[in-house]
Amino acid sequence: MTSTAGVAPANPHDIAPLPQPQRGRRLTGYWLILPAAIWLGLFFVVPFYSLVSASLYDPDGSVLTGYDMTWHVANFAEAIGQYKVQIGRSLVYAGTATLLCLVLGYVLAYAIAFKAGRWKNLMLVLVIAPFFTSFLLRTLSWKLILADDGWVVGVAQALHLTNVLNLIGLTSTDDRLLATPFAVIAGLTYNFLPFMVLPLYASLEKVDIRLIEASSDLYASPIRGFFKVTFPLSLPGVVAGTLLTFIPAAGDYINAELLGNPNTRMVGNVIQGLFNTQLDYATAGALSVTLMVIIIAAVLVYVRTAGTEELV
Amino acid sequence: MNGLRRAKRWMGDHLVLGLGLLVLVYTFVPIAVVVLMSFNDSSRSRNVYKFQEFTTEHWFHPGSWAPGMADSVWLSIRIALFATAVATLLGTLAAFALVRHRFAGRSSANLIIFLPMASPEIVMGSSLLALFVSAGFGGQLGFWTILIAHIMFCLSFVIVTVKARLSGLDANLEQAAMDLYATEAQTFWRVTFPLVLPGIVGAALLSFSLSFDDFIITNLNAGQSVTFPMFVWGANQRGVPMEVNVIGTAMFLISIAIVLVAETTRRRQAKALAR
Repeated sequence: MTSTAGVAPANPHDIAPLPQPQRGRRLTGYWLILPAAIWLGLFFVVPFYSLVSASLYDPDGSVLTGYDMTWHVANFAEAIGQYKVQIGRSLVYAGTATLLCLVLGYVLAYAIAFKAGRWKNLMLVLVIAPFFTSFLLRTLSWKLILADDGWVVGVAQALHLTNVLNLIGLTSTDDRLLATPFAVIAGLTYNFLPFMVLPLYASLEKVDIRLIEASSDLYASPIRGFFKVTFPLSLPGVVAGTLLTFIPAAGDYINAELLGNPNTRMVGNVIQGLFNTQLDYATAGALSVTLMVIIIAAVLVYVRTAGTEELV
Repeated sequence: MNGLRRAKRWMGDHLVLGLGLLVLVYTFVPIAVVVLMSFNDSSRSRNVYKFQEFTTEHWFHPGSWAPGMADSVWLSIRIALFATAVATLLGTLAAFALVRHRFAGRSSANLIIFLPMASPEIVMGSSLLALFVSAGFGGQLGFWTILIAHIMFCLSFVIVTVKARLSGLDANLEQAAMDLYATEAQTFWRVTFPLVLPGIVGAALLSFSLSFDDFIITNLNAGQSVTFPMFVWGANQRGVPMEVNVIGTAMFLISIAIVLVAETTRRRQAKALAR
């Protein structure tokens, strides 16, 4: 499609000029996209350049006295060295939350796509509905739900779930859920679930039900049919959902701040603190660029392994 | 044997649906808490994480609200309205360009539109802050810098939503209008635009809620201004006033109402068309 319109001919006289209305339409395309392109260019692309240059500033400067550009690449080594724990933690928390989202989200998306019948639309609306109440308020709600004297903790204790969680290191303080890694991961899972459900539903919806029927005609058990037919066909949704969940979760600091404790701080908390309270723009910039690079690398590896390159 | 198999099948069908419904219920638990807490009279105790006594005071007497909350809500509404208007306009134009026009750089445009949705908010927010500071606007962070940021991240979502609606459109309808001697402008306003409108309205609603709810990017670029999410964040440090839950519940009810109205009109239109 772009081969005819996009490539300029080497010699304009070689081909006949396009008819007038066609050319007018081509210019209209540019005019229509220009305002949005300018906005995204100025306030999305250019800022990345500023961020990268901020990450190379002389760390001795400050917002008040101004920064000198000294190409101080060591900022990166210092930032990574100082905050590698938080970077690693962010990836582990976001990864765990993404896996949990995938399991919960798949069940829900599957139920909507294949089992909901005429309730399909209503269920889809209900998936998006929680999205319209403040993210912060919903996260604060979990603080109430998981509170130390609440019934959730009571039930978890009675079933000895807290012991299990202690054992696998998700809760370090005995008999508590709040202010533990468990709470932060639970919050991340909760908050990013809709981002997983919607792409999964979109790709499950496209699965031809006759293929599943065919597999059962060929004596595949429902479980075998699921893993050999349904799941592979829903892979584009799995990839899209995983990315849409993992990326924002890795950069999030709201859950870690509201539901965690100082030992669950993620890289987002650090970047936010460096920018807003410590005003150390050089280190914060280096950390922000590092996060972005790690995420891009992870996404590329993941997409390549999952084998759906056309997605990105 | 046959009965057993049928029972197994019924179980299989309903087990998945039941589990799916459980997941759905789980997503509503915190909302139920927000609604409940909006009726909590927390004035008697400092423990704000517990239901004390039923009251409708917060709902009917905004004068009882914590200082600064009404201002923060109003600021968030204004920013969300402006951001929605600009992002919807620019985004709709861009979506038309991308679906209906072929031009050089179209695929790079698609990539640049996808990127804001795939970048962590903390990176977007910090890079904008780095730009504002290096351009010398570090001291003037506030309404305008928040607005610029919000338009930026809403744009991609608008473009993608409108694009989906536009590319799902049956081109034959426009062709038919042209065959019936409608001019290009008539075709656009009488056929294309009404058909795309639901997509544009959906995109606008999405923009509004994204903008109203954003915390991470806003917090980095707000300076001394306090939006509603920032108010909640600040309040959390001192013990959350129950009034914030009133705003949360109201947001939820209003959006549900809008979705329901949209859905009924869509159904009525579909019925009218079928007749």
